[in-house]
Amino acid sequence: MTSQAERNRSYSEQTVWMLAIRDQRDKAAFAKLFDHYAARLKGFVMRAGAPKAQAEDIVQEVMLTVWRKAHLFDPERAQVSSWIYQIARNRQIDVIRKEARPVPEALANEDESDDGPDAGQVIALEQETDKLRQALEKLAPAQREMIERAYLGDLTHTEIREATGLPLGTIKSRIRLGLERLRHELKDLRQE
Amino acid sequence: MNANISHHIPSEILAAYAAGSLGQAFSLVVAAHVSLCDECRAELAAHEAAGGAVLDTTAAAAVSPDLFSRVLDHLDDPVEPEPAPRARDGVFPGPIMDALKGKAPRWKSLGGGVKQCLIGGDTDGLSRLLFIPPKTAVPDHGHHGTELTLVLQGGFADETGHFDVGDVEVADADLDHTPVADAGAPCIVLAATDAPLKFNTFLPRLLQPLFGI
Repeated sequence: MTSQAERNRSYSEQTVWMLAIRDQRDKAAFAKLFDHYAARLKGFVMRAGAPKAQAEDIVQEVMLTVWRKAHLFDPERAQVSSWIYQIARNRQIDVIRKEARPVPEALANEDESDDGPDAGQVIALEQETDKLRQALEKLAPAQREMIERAYLGDLTHTEIREATGLPLGTIKSRIRLGLERLRHELKDLRQE
Repeated sequence: MNANISHHIPSEILAAYAAGSLGQAFSLVVAAHVSLCDECRAELAAHEAAGGAVLDTTAAAAVSPDLFSRVLDHLDDPVEPEPAPRARDGVFPGPIMDALKGKAPRWKSLGGGVKQCLIGGDTDGLSRLLFIPPKTAVPDHGHHGTELTLVLQGGFADETGHFDVGDVEVADADLDHTPVADAGAPCIVLAATDAPLKFNTFLPRLLQPLFGI
């Protein structure tokens, strides 16, 4: 079991806040998370085409969803910004579309008897996410603009084929390892 | 989960799904395939991490000073629970069961033992289930745009290769192909196009408006 103090030393502050929200329903941690993400989210959804008048409503809905769905946050499988990105995209799509977007089957959440998150996996995933962010910032401006437009939902899949330059191989391998570990645990649980 | 999948969803389609720019028909194929394939589940998560990096580095826009208190006011509001996603049923992954609203597919004959069940269609494209008896060919067809075909039962082969359960064939507009189902169990696939199909033989072309394919 990873102690909370140990977590606080080694995890990013966003992860620490998010775990406190998930496990202790900590409103002070939620305030910190809000301070960090609200302005970024507003800039993001406006770039993704939300009218200025709607942008804060979307930010509000996204932050409320973060609070309400905190039990689904799993730092072994997605870093906080990646998890919030998914919520923001879903929210913006819901505003535009009538039909719900098809979503993959969920993997069973880790069991209560689990020993808590594997700190090594969480930290490795955070490091890969940092590297991805740095890689994005190092791209030539035109290339970076294309990548950003792709993830803002501004390009078709055919156009995205041309938008290359972000190295996703290592983070994918890291996430794949986490999935294998989870599959293994689920198998053990079934056999018990 | 199926470890023997050898034909995956192309990266740019997973990226478009992560970004929410993929149409409903293709999104269903992605959601169904990812339900069966951890390789693509991991790659989709990598694209979501890239999206998170864009969110982290994008220019911030100051929010109104009272936005936080407005959010706090609603934090403990009672929320209607969302309907639980449907579970896998036989060969049909959860997202397909959701699209079928939990009911068994209602097959309609296309002749020659081939049956289809339309799932959904809008200006983004069209998705349907196809039931193909063993060793039977699906009418020779080309298509505008791209066609994604996910195998749910049995298998098929065409000019480009062989496809087993969980495999996805990506056929671009210039591919004129004739998929033939394997011997053994009937082949069931989920097929989606981002534009309506065009059949090459005379009769199916006449039937096209009737069947909506």
